[in-house]
Amino acid sequence: MIFLDAVLRLDQPTCVWQMLATRALSLVGKRAISTSICVRGGHGVAKVDDYALPCYFDRRENPLPDVQFVTELSAAQKSLKEKEKGSWATLSNEEKIALYRISFKQSFAEMNEGTKEWKSVIAGMFFFIGMTGLVVLWQRKFVYGPVPPTFESEWKEKELQRMLDMRINPVEGFSAKWDYENKEWKK
Amino acid sequence: MFRAVVRLSTSGVRSLARTRPCFSAPLASRCYSHAKVETDEEFDARWVTYFSKPDIDAWELKKGMNTLIGYDLVPEPKILDSALRACRRLNDLASAIRILEAVKDKSGPHKDIYPYLIQELQPTLTELGISTPEDLGMDKL
Repeated sequence: MIFLDAVLRLDQPTCVWQMLATRALSLVGKRAISTSICVRGGHGVAKVDDYALPCYFDRRENPLPDVQFVTELSAAQKSLKEKEKGSWATLSNEEKIALYRISFKQSFAEMNEGTKEWKSVIAGMFFFIGMTGLVVLWQRKFVYGPVPPTFESEWKEKELQRMLDMRINPVEGFSAKWDYENKEWKK
Repeated sequence: MFRAVVRLSTSGVRSLARTRPCFSAPLASRCYSHAKVETDEEFDARWVTYFSKPDIDAWELKKGMNTLIGYDLVPEPKILDSALRACRRLNDLASAIRILEAVKDKSGPHKDIYPYLIQELQPTLTELGISTPEDLGMDKL
């Protein structure tokens, strides 16, 4: 009831509306909405969620991301950053790599590295083809009825003889390959 | 040198209509844009100037670099030189190495571009003390 009341009183000033809304929310139960309640009227500060801030990502087309990878520097890293302000020739290779790793997560070589995902894909393909094969075999045994009698070898022999007697394709095709004198296929 | 942009040629056909006002139908009329096309030198100069700003800030460096990498070209050594010096002014060695990695990646299958760039940039690299990704072993996994 109170919640409906709050909804209907939209003409109320904002802070009162917020008060009613939060009271109503506390009746319904604390919900995730409370994490981003923005209390206006100079009473508070909006809580900024992580996804709203610039984020780090490694991409070829965006070589310099908006933020550094490492946000909280250790003491060693801080002192290294100070040393960076001087001549870079004095930095050792390890220090240079360390500086790179502070700012970036993966090097270009690492980010462009292929995964081994294709192996899983091929394996999955074979697996499902295999499963389908098993299903087909099962179907043949348990689902399909017998094949017609025209597939029996005795029938097929008679069929073949009939075709030869009828001289099917005698010029270049079927009967042309049969040697009628010797009653065998031509070599 | 590395531009892949097709130049629009504003042909001289327009003059045909001007010299013969009584025969007003031009033989061939092209629908080319009359916008002025920036030359390669102008493009390079503009970018060199951008990175040469003495008080360039980190955001501008990132924005400039990301935009430049977005173009369909590999930047000229003079632009990269300017960008590397901007990194030096910002005390950012990591970005300098990243820029080198990025242009190598940008060259794609043309394996001869990156060695040329390094050759041209070698004086700057030694002057500023920037190691190439190859020196640091970062081009391998």
